[in-house]
Amino acid sequence: MAETARSLDGEVASGIAETGAEGRARPRPGEWVVVGIALAYAILLLFAPLAALARGALSRGVRAFFDALSTPDALSAIKLTFLLALGATAINTVFGVAAAWLLVRDRRFPGRRFVNGMVDLPFAVSPVIAGFMLIVLFGRTGWLAPLARAAGVKVLFAFPGMLIATTFISLPFVIREIMPLLGEIGEEEENAAYTLGAGRWRAFWSVTLPGIRSGLEYGVLLTFARAVGEVGAVLVVSGSIVGLTETATLFIFRALDERNAVAGYAMAMLLALSSFVLLTAMEWIRRRARSR
Amino acid sequence: MSAARPRRAEPLRRPWGLWGLRGAVLTYLALMIAVPLLAVIERGFSAGLRAFWRELANPIAFDALKLTVAAAAITAAVNLVLGTLTAYVLARYRFPGRGVFDSLVDMPFAIPTLVTGVMLVVLYGPSGALGSWFHAKGISIIFARPGIVLALLFVTYPFVIRSVQPVLLEAERYEEEAAFTLGANRWTNFRRIVLPAILPAAGSGALLSFARALGEFGSIVVVAGNIPRRTLTSPVYVFGEVEAHNERGASAMSVVLLALSFGLLLLLDWRQRRRAEVLGG
Repeated sequence: MAETARSLDGEVASGIAETGAEGRARPRPGEWVVVGIALAYAILLLFAPLAALARGALSRGVRAFFDALSTPDALSAIKLTFLLALGATAINTVFGVAAAWLLVRDRRFPGRRFVNGMVDLPFAVSPVIAGFMLIVLFGRTGWLAPLARAAGVKVLFAFPGMLIATTFISLPFVIREIMPLLGEIGEEEENAAYTLGAGRWRAFWSVTLPGIRSGLEYGVLLTFARAVGEVGAVLVVSGSIVGLTETATLFIFRALDERNAVAGYAMAMLLALSSFVLLTAMEWIRRRARSR
Repeated sequence: MSAARPRRAEPLRRPWGLWGLRGAVLTYLALMIAVPLLAVIERGFSAGLRAFWRELANPIAFDALKLTVAAAAITAAVNLVLGTLTAYVLARYRFPGRGVFDSLVDMPFAIPTLVTGVMLVVLYGPSGALGSWFHAKGISIIFARPGIVLALLFVTYPFVIRSVQPVLLEAERYEEEAAFTLGANRWTNFRRIVLPAILPAAGSGALLSFARALGEFGSIVVVAGNIPRRTLTSPVYVFGEVEAHNERGASAMSVVLLALSFGLLLLLDWRQRRRAEVLGG
């Protein structure tokens, strides 16, 4: 990081200089123990298991890795996961921007504080319960079952239920990422645009949106990453029908159950790799926002 | 002041647009969050309070709940200590690989929890590279309780670090510098000046990791072995009851878990509000 690189030039004996205004100090011999503990913990908990998975996935060679991922079941699982994540991200982005805008700007929004608290609930609810909620709602005696029946939509053990479950568990990200930015940029510029004759849409597209862009991008990536990785909620509502309602995570679940380690590890590795791509993109957005 | 106020006529000129937006957002949040939650709570109590308690008094359910709370508490405690330590190391020290380490802290949030479980089984399982070593010593990690805590530590790794780090980075360094000038060593400085400043943030991070740990499913279902009364946690219990078509049992446990996490959410909100008041003077 640039700030670290230029923070300290040269070793000075006194504590003041060693921990200059924004600077980080080189650990003294005794303090390496502390740094060592932090590193050893991270390596044993995070990095060694990841390396072990990579080794396990490639243990039968690169060829076997790709073969395991190109079976029809694997491909349909990957496709379904992608579609679900895309759908949930789209819904949560559109409604998330609207909700965040109202929660920050609309002072007369009915029940503003209550609604604001409610937005965090999906993070506090266990994913299994998120799936179970839909079983209760759309099951035989569920409140919304008549509605679904009237509309002719099969919700449970089908795509719509999985989409609702995925949308639920990834709901707060976009709202929570853009709310602070909306607060920061303030209303002045939006009001200036209104004064200049812009309509609400125009003001939103050319003033508000550029102001919240980095948060929006970050929130969208978080939503997508969370949606791709969901297992508990979709496991409960999908019925895991091979080739039909089996997502990538459910594919791993079944592969492990059937002791098909090669396929399970390969799919797990693919998901781990995709989350690294997303993580890198997120880090890039963060740096770009900070350098502004 | 008679300065021309920016025109705020737009919301009034087309009030239907605003009400449409409000209606859409409220419908979205109600349908996605409020209605499903109420449905589960209603189902939990639908057969009366006594039936609710009977479901929970079932030894398998009760032991699952005890195990879940205990594992979450251990996780929160370990995170409080090691997360604070890691945040301090990242914020105050310079060492090779610090930047990479810092950006990889969020990795557990990006990696699917089921993949976390698989990773831990590959390394710490009975035939894994490290697991076989423990196995030879008679210690089992995977398919046993230590594996549950290990998985929870993985998925909650960033919470305390990411709560504490900004406080450390934004802290005025005068006090720390004054302490150094007065001859305090780094440990005294940490204990007397840094720790009191970051403790509230560390506490919030630990509470968040506790709440997250209560509901964890994807990683635990792989590593725990899910043996009733030994390694079966509450979320996995809910899953089992749903599969067994025992909706009453599943909803009773769900209500307890929901109550616990809502309580924690309220506690966190209250702490944040109180701190904002204190800081605001």
